[in-house]
Amino acid sequence: MIELTGIERTFWVGGEPVHALRTINLTIAGGEYLSVMGPSGSGKSTLLNILGLLDRPNRGCYRLDGVETTALDEEARALMRQQKIGFVFQVFHLIPRLSAAENIALPMMLAGIPASQRRRRVKELLARFSLSDRARHRPAELSGGQQQRVAIARAIAMQPSLILADEPTGNLDHASGREVIDVLETLNRQGPTLILVTHDQELGARARRRIEMRDGEILVDTGSDDNS
Amino acid sequence: MTIRDRFGFAFQALAAYPLRTGLTLLAMAMATAAVILLTALGDSARHYVVDRFAGLGTNLLVVLPGRNETRGGPPPLLGETPRDLTLDDALALLRSSAIESVAPVVVGSAPVQYGSRSRESNIIGTTASFFEIRRLQMAQGRYLPGGDPHRGRPVVVLGKTIKQELFREEPALGRWLRIADRRFRVIGILQSSGHALGEELDKIAVIPVTSAQVLFNTPGLFRILVQATRRDVIARAKQAIETIIQTRHGGENDITVLTQDAILLAFDRILRSLTLAVAGIAAISLIVAGILIMNVMLISVAQRTAEIGLLKALGASTAKVLQLFLAEALVLSILGAGCGLALALSTLAVLDRFWPAVKLQAAPWSLPAAVVIAMGTGLLFGLLPARRAARLDPVIALHPH
Repeated sequence: MIELTGIERTFWVGGEPVHALRTINLTIAGGEYLSVMGPSGSGKSTLLNILGLLDRPNRGCYRLDGVETTALDEEARALMRQQKIGFVFQVFHLIPRLSAAENIALPMMLAGIPASQRRRRVKELLARFSLSDRARHRPAELSGGQQQRVAIARAIAMQPSLILADEPTGNLDHASGREVIDVLETLNRQGPTLILVTHDQELGARARRRIEMRDGEILVDTGSDDNS
Repeated sequence: MTIRDRFGFAFQALAAYPLRTGLTLLAMAMATAAVILLTALGDSARHYVVDRFAGLGTNLLVVLPGRNETRGGPPPLLGETPRDLTLDDALALLRSSAIESVAPVVVGSAPVQYGSRSRESNIIGTTASFFEIRRLQMAQGRYLPGGDPHRGRPVVVLGKTIKQELFREEPALGRWLRIADRRFRVIGILQSSGHALGEELDKIAVIPVTSAQVLFNTPGLFRILVQATRRDVIARAKQAIETIIQTRHGGENDITVLTQDAILLAFDRILRSLTLAVAGIAAISLIVAGILIMNVMLISVAQRTAEIGLLKALGASTAKVLQLFLAEALVLSILGAGCGLALALSTLAVLDRFWPAVKLQAAPWSLPAAVVIAMGTGLLFGLLPARRAARLDPVIALHPH
């Protein structure tokens, strides 16, 4: 459950204010599938960073699962990221020296989950994303689609309630991209909210709820899907 | 995140750049080894000196004629040459219960001649007590005879080297030789005792004190060696010596009493500070290694910007990122110090094998000290890069463009 009220984010570039987000009001119910589209510079990345608790708004209120996050300190925000949010990036952001299994285990290691429990969960995730035979491979030894599947497995390792995907197919060929979207949509059907930022109209259209942004404002919001 | 995971993660990060990590480890190892080896050098020198002093005899006091004072002031107007220490002065010291034995010593140099061979040699005039106090062992024959020290018997005990030079393989016991213009009978040969603070005991000839006084035409003594009865009465013995001599010298306190402890303590202090100074110089190399660690870590932070952003996105707080990078610095310095420890100890072992006489030994305290200092250096110099990593803005770190 996400509630944004009056969110503003301003950057100062060379002494000039750049309004990345101007007064965003948005409510997203748990389990929704939502795509955010818009040209570059429209503020969709900034919105995603704020939703992911990586960035703080200059003004406004962000409640995530009932918790007002703008007042939280860094430690508490880190804890919320760990427990509630899974990130999927365009460039995967896998750690090159770690194997696929180790990359997936990383958030659980940071959370202090015992090694035996981690191993069990990693095994389960590898199987679920058809990566079992790739467990010991380094990212460089995996195809793009496989890398992104490892990244998705990592994102959901802690069973987050919110998955934020920033152009997850941007670095993939069409087939792998479709595969990755399938995986994300399947995940969404099992519970967590999925927010997908993309340039791709076709991809964006697949979401039940679509938002279009321009100049830091929400231009179009197709509204909540009652079936969600 | 458990400690094990933390260090495991740090270790993997370091292992990903073997060359860079290896060179840093090398620097850290060399620095640690330098500290341990140089400290070993200083400490072994100290042990050497202390051992030599112990060889002088225990509970030893040395009485010198004249008052050695560092106090300034005008020189005395009238000729105030100190009184000689006499043989009777020395014997009077035995009245104190704190004093076990005394050995008056006269020192001079004279030609020693046997047959056609002659050697200029140092001559010590003393009594039988000298052998006990200096713990001299006889190779052959016996000590100087006891009895009244005023009787100057014509007997001599020879050091090993001078015996060899004069007699070669001939037996010397019972033979008569000539020292200056007097004849002496050889009654004993000293066992080789090596050097003791520069006195080459192997090259001396020992004769009764009165004989030496006659030989060198001197009524005074060079010094008196005094052995206290026990270690804890050394101070009382010193007091007694001063009182007795003062009484005999008409109220004049004109002697200097050195205790072995005081000499030892002075040397000990000097060599200890020398050791510390040398260790300090070696510690500079630790600082250099620390700067290298900082440098490597800064490069690492710059290269791993995206990774740091990712860690933050995955829920690592600022504090945790700081800890992760400090753990890396700590792993570097611990591994480096460990290698340094092994390097230093194996170097010492090799030196000991090929030059056992040098007796180089690491000071026991220097091992933990070097490791702790190395770890401290790693943490200290790791702090700046770790803070830089921890403060990275995840938004910028994840989207470098």
